[in-house]
Amino acid sequence: MNTTAENHSSKAGVFVSDSDKAHWHDSALWFVREKRDKQVNDVPEWEKLREAASAIKTHTVAQLDQYLQMFEQKATALGAKVHWAQNAREHNEIVHSILKNHGAQRVVKSKSMLTEECHLNPYLEQQGIDVVDTDLGERIVQLRKESPSHIVLPAIHIKKEEVGDLFHQHLGTDEGATDPSYLTEAARNHLREKFLAADAGITGVNFAIAETGGIVVCTNEGNADLGVTLPRLHIACMGIEKLIPRTKDLAVFLRLLARSATGQPITTYTSHFHGPQDDSELHIILLDNGRTSLRDQSDYQEALHCIRCGACMNTCPVYRRSGGHSYGTTVPGPIGSVLNPVSDSATHNSLPFACSLCGSCTDVCPIKIPLHHQLFTLRDQIRRNGNLALTKRIAMFLTGRILGSASLFRVVGRMGRWVMRGFPWLFHNRFNLWWKQRDMPPAPKQSFGAWYSANRKEKHR
Amino acid sequence: MAVGLFIPCYIDQFYPDVAIATLEILERHGLEVAYPASQTCCGQPMANSGCVDDARPLAVRFLELFGDYEYVVAPSGSCVSMVKHHYEDHVSGLAGFQELKDKTYELCEFMTDVLCVETIDARFPYRVGLHESCHGLRELRMGKSSEVAGPNFSKTRRLLEMVEEIELCDLQRPDECCGFGGTFAINEEAVSCLMGLDRLADHEQAGTQVITATDMSCLMHLGGLISRQKKPIHMLHIAQILAGGRLPGEHH
Ligand code: SF4
Repeated sequence: MNTTAENHSSKAGVFVSDSDKAHWHDSALWFVREKRDKQVNDVPEWEKLREAASAIKTHTVAQLDQYLQMFEQKATALGAKVHWAQNAREHNEIVHSILKNHGAQRVVKSKSMLTEECHLNPYLEQQGIDVVDTDLGERIVQLRKESPSHIVLPAIHIKKEEVGDLFHQHLGTDEGATDPSYLTEAARNHLREKFLAADAGITGVNFAIAETGGIVVCTNEGNADLGVTLPRLHIACMGIEKLIPRTKDLAVFLRLLARSATGQPITTYTSHFHGPQDDSELHIILLDNGRTSLRDQSDYQEALHCIRCGACMNTCPVYRRSGGHSYGTTVPGPIGSVLNPVSDSATHNSLPFACSLCGSCTDVCPIKIPLHHQLFTLRDQIRRNGNLALTKRIAMFLTGRILGSASLFRVVGRMGRWVMRGFPWLFHNRFNLWWKQRDMPPAPKQSFGAWYSANRKEKHR
Repeated sequence: MAVGLFIPCYIDQFYPDVAIATLEILERHGLEVAYPASQTCCGQPMANSGCVDDARPLAVRFLELFGDYEYVVAPSGSCVSMVKHHYEDHVSGLAGFQELKDKTYELCEFMTDVLCVETIDARFPYRVGLHESCHGLRELRMGKSSEVAGPNFSKTRRLLEMVEEIELCDLQRPDECCGFGGTFAINEEAVSCLMGLDRLADHEQAGTQVITATDMSCLMHLGGLISRQKKPIHMLHIAQILAGGRLPGEHH
């Protein structure tokens, strides 16, 4: 849900307060990270692949206009209908008008973060259309009336007991049943009915190939394939950054994607669509929604290279312990903490600070997006936009002044340590967030500077 | 060889022993070491908080104070990476900055890369858990991070292995962040402390008696948690171990 300006740290605090759940969440994602490491270590050319992917994306983004035109031409020649949407509203209206023209009432949708970004589901529901998410995780969060907490594992924050309760309530499974295969089977049967009754299928797009006009969709459940082959109408929704120049570039990206996302060598289904199938229509909607403006900001441009693998979330020590919903955005975690404040720094001003700058995201990213450097730069941008709390600005101004003068620094340091030694209780209060769970550092009588001038006088200058 | 010693502000104030150990290591190698008295801080607290303008004068001062030395050495990967990666915008035009970037070293990488240390005269008969501080690891590349593919190496670990009778512990997560992160420790207090507690749990299962790191800031955070929880684990900066230091209360 993209509606909150609430601070990340307060929501994270709530998540952390249930430390069992926070640890369970952390381990579930760390398990995926370790699976990924195992796969990665089996590919000797991994670092070369990352470099190649980054270079291909840089090249494509630099010539995006040409590649988009080429893609439109080729896809149209294959019989697809290509639509352009400037923003989320236009995107949703286009989807609705296509559905209306076909008299489609029931829609099955495979996982697409872009449609989450556009809040397509609530929009279509308002128009009286029945939309069913067919990815298991997404169906779970849909039934709970929640948003995904992770872009690849939408229901990673939900325990199997909670899924059992939910399915008991909505799908009539046995009360208290938690066996994953039993629950999955129930979901499968439930979704099968939805697939058979659907008038249209909506999918996301992982890659769009400029030279052929084809699109590629990667899933593990095969739900995208079923969703677009049973109904006679396929609407594929994609951001304009999903483009790659050539089919052979897939050899780089497909190898990186599944390994980074879930630690699999390849996704179970990698479906290629070249134009519509017989007696069917294929509509491809190309969405901008801030992407062109991101492209024009050199500090953050590389964020456009993201292939939404989710590895930066799995590796982020903050994400793992604070949960995806603490970010209050469709795309959470490190990449979300870049994308959201870049487009709206007033609402999302706390996100670049929800980061210890450990750099793990940058090292894990298959496209080598310098995520933590971007988060560092964004902090300053937030201050320049006037979205940094005044208290923080004053505190840093004063710190800067004290540290700016060697003599002032020594005096303040000496006084500070004297107070810490003589009146420790002054620091033991709830306003001192350091002290809440941590003791204060020692406060020795002599600083190093003082020791040095006493013991190495001859060199002192 | 004239070396300018940079001591981070909080080490100067709270951990003088770490600075003394650093100085002793350098002097033992026969280097001429000077500590410019009017140094204060690299500017990271401000830059980290988005107040880059407030950090600028400190970058200029750093260049003025240290520009003339052959090498600049600091017992902190974090401050060194501030100089190498975040001074660019402030002082890139000023004379001597490019050279400063190249000649500024964290203590351990100075020992392995410049002094080419092969033996260390120190004995430390404890089970030691190495905390790979993030900035040394992923900014200065003093070791291979677990995310990146390729052959394993760690300059800090290599140095520790030269210490007599030391036993290095194996962690389940060899390079996860401790959760200090500068102002992050306050801004995101709950997550920061949970990250720290999780690191401690990993060290406990590994049987660590002493946690060491290249950055005292990580140890200040972990040490604060340990002392509150009254856990029987000690903290020593890597310079203290490499200088032949002992645990507090232990006799020479
Ligand atoms: S930023 Fe990189 S790691 Fe994160 S989702 Fe995108 S491609 Fe994956």
